[in-house]
Amino acid sequence: MEAGQLFLQFFVLCTLAVGGLNSVMPGMFHYVVEEQGWISGREFTDLYALGQVAPGPNALWVTLIGLQIASWPGALAATAAVLIPGTIFSLAMVTLQSRNPQGPFATAFRRGLAPIAMGLMFSSGWVLLRSIGHDWIGLAMTVLTVAAVLRTRISPLLLLAAGGLAGVAGLL
Amino acid sequence: MFWLRRVLVQQKRWLSDADFIELLGMARVLPGPVAFNTSLMIGHRLGGYRGALAAGAGLVGAPLVIVVALGTAYQHVGTLPLVQSALRGMSFVATGLVLANALGLAGGLPRRPLPWLFVVAVFAGVALLHFPLVAVMAALAPCAIALTWAARDR
Repeated sequence: MEAGQLFLQFFVLCTLAVGGLNSVMPGMFHYVVEEQGWISGREFTDLYALGQVAPGPNALWVTLIGLQIASWPGALAATAAVLIPGTIFSLAMVTLQSRNPQGPFATAFRRGLAPIAMGLMFSSGWVLLRSIGHDWIGLAMTVLTVAAVLRTRISPLLLLAAGGLAGVAGLL
Repeated sequence: MFWLRRVLVQQKRWLSDADFIELLGMARVLPGPVAFNTSLMIGHRLGGYRGALAAGAGLVGAPLVIVVALGTAYQHVGTLPLVQSALRGMSFVATGLVLANALGLAGGLPRRPLPWLFVVAVFAGVALLHFPLVAVMAALAPCAIALTWAARDR
């Protein structure tokens, strides 16, 4: 039951996930935490962070959310909801041979959606921060991470490990 | 993405760097995970629909097993104080990764105020006013594309 609802809701959101899955995270958070109350905001952010450490596409954090909510069927439903829209659109794109990826319409489409994706991703960051809870040292770590990613070539995994260590060391 | 490029383009030479960039560019506008969509299209170019299927399954299969193992571990030890502290620290970093991802897109925006207006409008609608994400996109995405289209010659 839950797995079915989860699939439908995530499927709709994932067909709108321009620029990657992070852009529709606020919609997913709202549905599973605020509307249905299936998991707590804390669990959501935990699982999101955990998903970033796993190998493979980062998008698999959604599988973790599904698993937590409805065990195996939930994991399956969430994963399918994420992968099916991408599969349909990718194959449609290559089948139509996307006659002209540099054409004016394709360019307008891409450029027009970029600010939308950006606004959505900022919203995702906001949702995560609000859910983790207020903490100045934590915020400083978030800012440091942004600077490190934009200015250096350091691996995100190292940053996540450092964050985990800082947490264990009792800094937060 | 880094490893996909290194193995497919540089080691196996199955496709050229230009092809890789082109497919990646397309995958970025399509909905869903960018790495997954890129793999599907590369697989299709190399071996048709069966290639696409193989590429998709190859990318997701093994990681899925590991993710489920991690999730199961979380269900058992996720509430331990030590694990909670570590995850809390990682969550702040993960948030930084999301924000860096968003800021990374800023490089592609033209130096005009209009695109930034859309960034602010989407953020205000979704994050601050809690409008449904689907409704915000349905209202703003067509406008953003139309206005970009109208301004294309300038």
